[in-house]
Amino acid sequence: MASISMTVNGREVSGDAEDRTLLVEFLRNNLGLTGTHVGCDTSQCGACVVHVDGEAVKSCTMLAAQAAGSAVTTIEGLAAGGELHPVQKAFHENHGLQCGFCTPGMIMAATDMIRRHGASLDEKTVREELEGNICRCTGYHNIVKSILAAANEMGGAQQAAE
Amino acid sequence: MIPGSFDYHRPRTLNEAVGLLADHAGDAFILAGGHSLIPMMKLRMATPEHLIDIQDIGELTGINVAGGTIEIGAAVTQAALISSAALADACPILRETSLQIADPQIRNVGTIGGNVANGDPGNDMPAVMQALDAEYLLHGGGGERTVKARDFYEAAYFTARDESEILTSIRIPVPAQGHGYSYQKQKRKIGDYATAAAAVILSVSNGNCTAASIALTNVADTPLWAQAASDALVGTDLGAAAVTAAVDAARAITDPASDGRGPSEYRTHVAGIMVKRAIEAAHERAA
Repeated sequence: MASISMTVNGREVSGDAEDRTLLVEFLRNNLGLTGTHVGCDTSQCGACVVHVDGEAVKSCTMLAAQAAGSAVTTIEGLAAGGELHPVQKAFHENHGLQCGFCTPGMIMAATDMIRRHGASLDEKTVREELEGNICRCTGYHNIVKSILAAANEMGGAQQAAE
Repeated sequence: MIPGSFDYHRPRTLNEAVGLLADHAGDAFILAGGHSLIPMMKLRMATPEHLIDIQDIGELTGINVAGGTIEIGAAVTQAALISSAALADACPILRETSLQIADPQIRNVGTIGGNVANGDPGNDMPAVMQALDAEYLLHGGGGERTVKARDFYEAAYFTARDESEILTSIRIPVPAQGHGYSYQKQKRKIGDYATAAAAVILSVSNGNCTAASIALTNVADTPLWAQAASDALVGTDLGAAAVTAAVDAARAITDPASDGRGPSEYRTHVAGIMVKRAIEAAHERAA
């Protein structure tokens, strides 16, 4: 057992966990943040995607100890002041989910993608970049549509601010 | 799935890491990105008693192109390789290969050092390193030594690295100006290991091939540098006869397993197609 400390969604947290504890378990079991899902548990499906120090990673294949001292953002950390994040809003408006199981990972992958590509994100790039996120209900059409809508809104907002 | 129990260490310096390896000889594994090791630990295919996480060792993370040599730190991620302008200019096959490994989230974490050092014959970078005639720097208690990528791989998961050594960096001679390159990979689905793949580096002058190097991924227990296939191209116009000779020579050295990726004969057949496509793409790119 070791005490593991990190910043999660802007809050300093710590918890006692065995060295073998995976980041996703630490988030779900120690911190009660169950929005991050475990799907395949073999780093293929992407339901467990979170951001560590600003980069999207698969938290089922990272030890909590590896993320100690880092800043982690989960799906719970996106909405601010009771307002959905633009990517969450776009998934809602474009029917980008059915059962919702893959959605937290899809949204965390999407926010990372939009951060890197901005408003220049096109459909081909979105589809390529979604190769590590698997959805078993909608078929990716509305997910791609949601991400493009969010990229457009966020990129447009960014340009207006500049 | 949860890995078996181990003690986690996070040294700040290379010497500290080498000391930990010596203290726990045979029971300690290096943890870089962990995207091969952690899945193996979940499946109990690896059961280290100690994990030595190298993420805080700054000297393992640089990319440096100078004096005709590319040096890449072992802890450089695939994402960093992809975004390096210096590498895209000096040795673009690295970017082309990285983009065919796994998916964006895994490439944010997975490292070049882990990819070349863990000895999985499914990994893509080892064959590319053989094609480029790279060498690996290994650091142990007894000091530093280099091993050529072409001599490093002994069998699946067995390499020339002693268990007391850490791979610290990879040195690649900068390929000739105007060289052609290609990494062609056949896979069953996105993110998969290769059914068969081929790396080709070649140079062309006045329509004739002046140098060629071909290596193969996942069609034997180790990556394969295809010397006879490479030689079959040199001095030719890279026409159909030369390509066929290289494809035949490459197929002759394969010995793939029959598994979920297909029967052995099929994978040998695919390897030849990958060699052909990689030669043609490299030829087209050569200036």
